[in-house]
Amino acid sequence: MKRDVDLLILGAGPAGMAAAVAASASGQRIALVDDNPATGGQIWRAGAQAPRYPAAENLRAQLAAAKNVECFTATRVIAQTGAHELLLENPLHSWRIGYTQLILCTGAREVLLPFPGWTLPGVTGAGGLQALIKGGVPVRGERVVVAGSGPLLLASAASAKAAGARIECIAEQASLASLAAFALQLPRWPGKLRQAIELFDRHYQPHSHVVEALGDGRVQAVRIRRGSRLVEIPCDRLACGFGLRANTELAQTLGCAIEAQAVVVDNLQRTSLAGHFAAGECTGIGGNELAQVEGAIAGFAAVGLLAEAQALTARRRHWQRFADLLKRHFALDPELKSLPTADTVLCRCEDVPYGAVAQQASWRQAKLHSRCGMGACQGRVCGTAAEVLLGWPTPTLRAPFVPARVDSLLHAAALSSAAPTAVE
Amino acid sequence: MNADVIIVGAGIIGAACAHGFAERGLDVLLLDDQRGGATAAGMGHLVVMDDNPAELALSHYSLSLWRQWAPLLDEGCAYRNCGTLWLAANEDELAVAEQKSTLLDAEGLGCRMLSASAVHEAEPMLRPGLVGGLHVSGDGIVYAPNVARWLLAQQPQRIRQQHAQVSEVSGNRVRLCSGEWLSAEVVVLATGSARELCPELPIRPKKGHLLITDRYPTRLRHQLVELGYVSSAHSSAGTSVAFNAQPRPTGQILIGSSRQFDSLTPEVEHDVLARMLQRAIDYLPSLAQMNAIRSWTGFRAATPDSLPLLGPHPSQPGLWLALGHEGLGVTTAPATAQLVVNQVCKQPCAIDVTPYLPQRFASAEQPA
Amino acid sequence: MSSAIELHINGQLLRVTPGTSVAAALYLAGDGSSRTAVGGQRRAPLCGMGICQECRVTIDGQRRLACQTPCTAGMQVESQP
Repeated sequence: MKRDVDLLILGAGPAGMAAAVAASASGQRIALVDDNPATGGQIWRAGAQAPRYPAAENLRAQLAAAKNVECFTATRVIAQTGAHELLLENPLHSWRIGYTQLILCTGAREVLLPFPGWTLPGVTGAGGLQALIKGGVPVRGERVVVAGSGPLLLASAASAKAAGARIECIAEQASLASLAAFALQLPRWPGKLRQAIELFDRHYQPHSHVVEALGDGRVQAVRIRRGSRLVEIPCDRLACGFGLRANTELAQTLGCAIEAQAVVVDNLQRTSLAGHFAAGECTGIGGNELAQVEGAIAGFAAVGLLAEAQALTARRRHWQRFADLLKRHFALDPELKSLPTADTVLCRCEDVPYGAVAQQASWRQAKLHSRCGMGACQGRVCGTAAEVLLGWPTPTLRAPFVPARVDSLLHAAALSSAAPTAVE
Repeated sequence: MNADVIIVGAGIIGAACAHGFAERGLDVLLLDDQRGGATAAGMGHLVVMDDNPAELALSHYSLSLWRQWAPLLDEGCAYRNCGTLWLAANEDELAVAEQKSTLLDAEGLGCRMLSASAVHEAEPMLRPGLVGGLHVSGDGIVYAPNVARWLLAQQPQRIRQQHAQVSEVSGNRVRLCSGEWLSAEVVVLATGSARELCPELPIRPKKGHLLITDRYPTRLRHQLVELGYVSSAHSSAGTSVAFNAQPRPTGQILIGSSRQFDSLTPEVEHDVLARMLQRAIDYLPSLAQMNAIRSWTGFRAATPDSLPLLGPHPSQPGLWLALGHEGLGVTTAPATAQLVVNQVCKQPCAIDVTPYLPQRFASAEQPA
Repeated sequence: MSSAIELHINGQLLRVTPGTSVAAALYLAGDGSSRTAVGGQRRAPLCGMGICQECRVTIDGQRRLACQTPCTAGMQVESQP
């Protein structure tokens, strides 16, 4: 089965939703695809314990009213089957979708670095804990430690607190000086300042990082290094994320230029590949406000509403400066490269220890000889960690781009009668 | 001289040859460009093949050598003596199975015919309706990239490895892309992409696709191959697919196979992949709902008669060939090494090498 | 909000509020773990957003991600033993 649209938007977070809304005025046939069960992306994730986000509700209402925008949630891109053609899969079907133009709004993933004990149940990403709580994971009365780097730590702790958890510590690897310099700049973005004040927690500890998660079958305590001191904190959960990594792999695989771990775009969010735009975190980590502006610019530009797109460039500049500030002040301390020991599992899918990978010459050799990155996550966790720890570039995708039913790949080509059938 | 022997290509063939020469006390320099060839891409099926007597002799001899290595291999080599189950979907294929059985029996290879119900009992995942099969008990599987690495690790004193791309070969000398010339008593070409260096060699790349599933609780026990594999599917000159499934020790199922002569790009071709998977689902219906996690392609170096080139280059003294194994490089690596090393060392070979000598194509090389 | 959804987790009947993810249901029905790793250790959802594949479980015969699947009525969920 194949269907065609004028504009395909991949990712229904703030950027993708804003792009769809902006483009919808054109009357073009638009498809908005996301692998999550609802629109909103990670930041506006819906769920049993998720708060209501007015900005998301507003965009959802506009999308619902736009008759020319079709939303495909719980839908993954599993292969490229031709120029301007992708193979999609949902829990029931798979089909090819052809497009004239594409906007990549593939967001970002959390950087999850290995440290002893990180495979224990109860250890999650920082954004991961937030997502799980929104989905209804009960944390009431639990002791939670949040660690890693970036503003997501405070947001994650706030979600846990709102769901009844007790925050024991928020360990931020950035130094106090760096955080103070960041805070001093915040008044330029009053909304962000307000947010920071709301989210701030007295357990916030700069220049601190996780060393080890302890527990028997489940996390029971965490060892944190604070400057030169090592402290042990009993806990029921450890949420640990070291910032965000743009999801650039799909763009790279389609042939878009990538620089500094981000999809390269021009002032109209055009990538290096004709007919292909990108917006939001995949063009560089910048937060949801920047993502919305970029999404709207891409949406307008893709349908030829250039004046509307250009009218937004000042706003984008405003939020881009905030993104630059974040990047500067939450840069990872090189000391974090010594987090894993030789026997710490790096590849969780195949249980490959860090030592077996670090001795290899390249990511390719590591895959070939140690099985690292050969499992179901296709190296998205260990490859991202290896990029930080060993400086290896992340590779392009091969079909299926994510684990997909064998059956779905049959629909990659218009076979049916041409297919050789088993001898009757 | 930079070594006694320079080997170009550190795949399973190059590694086995290096190991063989080192065992005879020769110093080996092994050059590889790390682009990855058929060893990295292949299935790792150790299988007796009998399309012609020379193929049978080589694969039979090689499997006996594999069984000598087996107890020594480390866990990463993933050797399993799982056997091959050849599947007959109709009476014609059953007749092929019976012929094959007679042939293998005569060679003293362990095999037995299975009834339809015995096939189903042996592999319940298979669709009902197959008419029978042939179980070949000595066949197995390995993870070839780690076997290559293991072989080289056995002789660390005698084998030097160098990451280098060779740009030119001339008798017993090779030139690296850096411009440097290296020489040895003997140069052995053990790379499927040898045509880049020796355009006169009668080898063509035959592209293949493979796909692997996620880990599942073990469901297959044998390497499964349809008998159509020999009888029809792969004999045509165009693109063909045949059912071939392998139980990896991880619980993953590795699915093949496709053959194409006309495609030189390494990209997965979705129409070919889809045809191959359709064929696999025809045999293993429940595969349809299992998750695939990776697909890839590779190139088999095929000769006109499907037999490898093992021996001296017909017109370049000092240059030896160990290539052109098509899909049987992993199976025949140990035998290849023995036949090449013994020829170089002027020692008798365990089987007649005549059918594999590159000389057999020498006349065809000369324009009339 | 509509009324509770009933589903089975490893054969055990569970009632959850609409919008609950299967990942959350694993916690509500047991220890929250989803699979056994190659080395024998139990594992539980990690990234919460469809990247890490730690939460893959069998849902109505298909292998799917618990963190990206909302509970629906009558669903049969099996974690990997």
